[in-house]
Amino acid sequence: MTIAVREDLDVRAVVQAAVERHGATREELVAILSDVNREMGYIPAEAFEEVSRLLQIPKAQLFSVASFYKMLAIEPRGRHVIQFCESAPCHVVGGGELWRALREELGLEPGETSADGRWTLVTTSCIGLCGVGPVIVVDDDVYGNVTPEQLPEILARYE
Amino acid sequence: MKVIRSMVLVASDPGSADRDAQEVYRRLQEEIRSLGLVEEVVVTTMGCVTRQEAHPLVIIYPEAVAYGPVKPDDVPLLVERHLREGQIVTDRLVPKELFGPISWLSARRGTLPAEQRVVLRRAGVIDPEDIEDYIIYGGYEALGKALTQMTPDEVVGEISNAGLRGRGGAGFPTGLKWRFVARENRTPKYVICNADESEPGTFKDRLILEGDPHSVIEAMVITGYAVGASEGYIYVRGEYQLAQARLRKAIAQAREMGFLGENIFGSGFDFDIHIHSGAGAYICGEETALIESIEGKRGEPRARPPYPTTHGLWGQPTVVNNVETLANVPPIIQNGADWYRQFGTPHSPGTKVYTILGNVNVTGLIEVPMGITLREVIAIYGKGIRNGATFKLAQTGGSSGSIIPASLQDTPMDFDSYARAEVSLGSGALLICDENTCAVDLTRVLLNFFRKESCGKCTPCRVGTERAYRILTDIAEGRGTLSGIEELEMLIGGLRQLSNCGLGQAAAVPVRDILRHFRAEVEAHIKLGVCPVGVCPMSERQLVVA
Ligand SMILES: Cc1cc2nc3c(=O)[nH]c(=O)nc-3n(C[C@H](O)[C@H](O)[C@H](O)COP(=O)(O)O)c2cc1C
Ligand code: SF4
Ligand code: FES
Repeated sequence: MTIAVREDLDVRAVVQAAVERHGATREELVAILSDVNREMGYIPAEAFEEVSRLLQIPKAQLFSVASFYKMLAIEPRGRHVIQFCESAPCHVVGGGELWRALREELGLEPGETSADGRWTLVTTSCIGLCGVGPVIVVDDDVYGNVTPEQLPEILARYE
Repeated sequence: MKVIRSMVLVASDPGSADRDAQEVYRRLQEEIRSLGLVEEVVVTTMGCVTRQEAHPLVIIYPEAVAYGPVKPDDVPLLVERHLREGQIVTDRLVPKELFGPISWLSARRGTLPAEQRVVLRRAGVIDPEDIEDYIIYGGYEALGKALTQMTPDEVVGEISNAGLRGRGGAGFPTGLKWRFVARENRTPKYVICNADESEPGTFKDRLILEGDPHSVIEAMVITGYAVGASEGYIYVRGEYQLAQARLRKAIAQAREMGFLGENIFGSGFDFDIHIHSGAGAYICGEETALIESIEGKRGEPRARPPYPTTHGLWGQPTVVNNVETLANVPPIIQNGADWYRQFGTPHSPGTKVYTILGNVNVTGLIEVPMGITLREVIAIYGKGIRNGATFKLAQTGGSSGSIIPASLQDTPMDFDSYARAEVSLGSGALLICDENTCAVDLTRVLLNFFRKESCGKCTPCRVGTERAYRILTDIAEGRGTLSGIEELEMLIGGLRQLSNCGLGQAAAVPVRDILRHFRAEVEAHIKLGVCPVGVCPMSERQLVVA
């Protein structure tokens, strides 16, 4: 799946649908924001306004919650998000070398999006796939036992 | 109606990094369809149930034959020979050492002949998406027994007598925790299953949830009955999409069959379960942060006491238990405390699920009795260190565990023996490292984790983890000084004593451990300007590579 930013969607409608799905309560806030994030690729400012209005929670509090959780993005990302696992189990089986190669290949530092909008590179801690480390995840595709030599071929699969 | 004569389970969780597993699954369905066997053979998926090297794994019932690793091109042969002709394809079987006999042993004697499976006994045996499969294998019997033949007090007593201790890291006695909540008079009370599992190296809970979701649901209802709660929450890590889907399905099935909802087993007891998805924050595994997160806030730990047992979710009495802890509950209720005490050691009864990672020949998961040693884990289950190298150190229990040198590998892995050696068993992730691992480099990676995952609420942790990371980076990059070591020692004290929660306290442990066991190696980085193993950026080998 491409984590595409969907500017074409009506932000307010997306929020309203999510609120309807989960219910307009504080307890469901993270679930609502997660849904918006999944559909839009990130949580646009307009979405915060709408959530604030429907749930009666001040916007500052919404930002405070959203910025806490790593799966929620408050800025648009590239067409493809590459997550690199930097935890110890992946690190000791070759993750260190892979990380150097990946940054070189992409010319990006963690958190950056490429100028052409193709890639966003982020680091993550363990995603529970360490039996096959080192691991990278591109959008929703998981790659295990990755070596630096395999990188060009893997990256070429994404436009 | 046609009778189904075979069931094929494919270990092909989409989250698994093994692309071919999904292809094997697809080919199986295709072959079975083209041979017209659809009506007789069910193909379904399971999670990973054994060591990674056996995957992609295919198990065919009723014969219970395990094939693996299966390549997509092996599929036509397996379908033709096994499913059509009823013959076992011997040369595609999983090598015995990867999938040895799983047996119900009593107390352990001598070396270990096999795994002992209590919590994973159904994983890979049943279709996790079919409640009837679960019931055929004894599912919901324990719930029936608890609700119709036992008082809540007796249920708590059975768990206490079994000596079950929490598998989420701290090893707190489960029966005692339940008693604290049971004796509170305020209602409502809550049961929370902690399925956040973000500890690096740990994925045991995911395998329980994916392989046997009903066992956790059954356990939560029993827990609710024991403590007087009628609502439960499962807080599942956001990335665990398959586990979440299976849980949702299992909950719906359990409701339909009357194991959840009102008047369960006609006992007058009501219980229901909600699923709450995490959104990516390691600290949310800490029980008070988890509660904050369920309440829709930033997942920042609360000050303790008061503990969740009196002031938990929405200020009400709450049990928080780990997935593996809960998965132990139904078999204990079903078979009794004495039965459970056959496994493990007198003070740490039962089994433990471990993930074995790092420089061993065979990685993956095992369930073995409490009290076995790291030496046995490496030799028997890990099949030795990869490439004939030597074992140097291990990290137990994920990032929050300890770093132990080879000299401690004969210490029995149970709560008490490890506590005496000042080692933390943590979540059960065993990262085995060979001689090519640098203690400084490993600790730097661990502190990088802590500084990023610190919730930032208290200064000793927010600043201390960052500072420790910087000092270790300096040492790794050739800018280290001896006063840096002194500062690290001071930071350890601060983190341990002044942090508000277990994260800050745990961050001190690997630093303490390398200064205790690998001080000479750390000092060599500073005094001689070399990384003895050649891993750190300052070392020569690195210069050649870069
Ligand atoms: C930083 C931190 C992270 C934790 N993460 C988890 C976790 O992911 N899963 C878990 O079960 N317990 C985790 N714990 C432990 C819980 O706070 C709690 O002790 C546990 O859920 C209790 O269940 P148990 O008694 O069944 O082990 C964590 C603790 C700390 C301090
Ligand atoms: S010790 Fe660290 S993680 Fe725990 S509350 Fe303090 S800042 Fe947050
Ligand atoms: S350490 Fe990388 S996936 Fe677990």
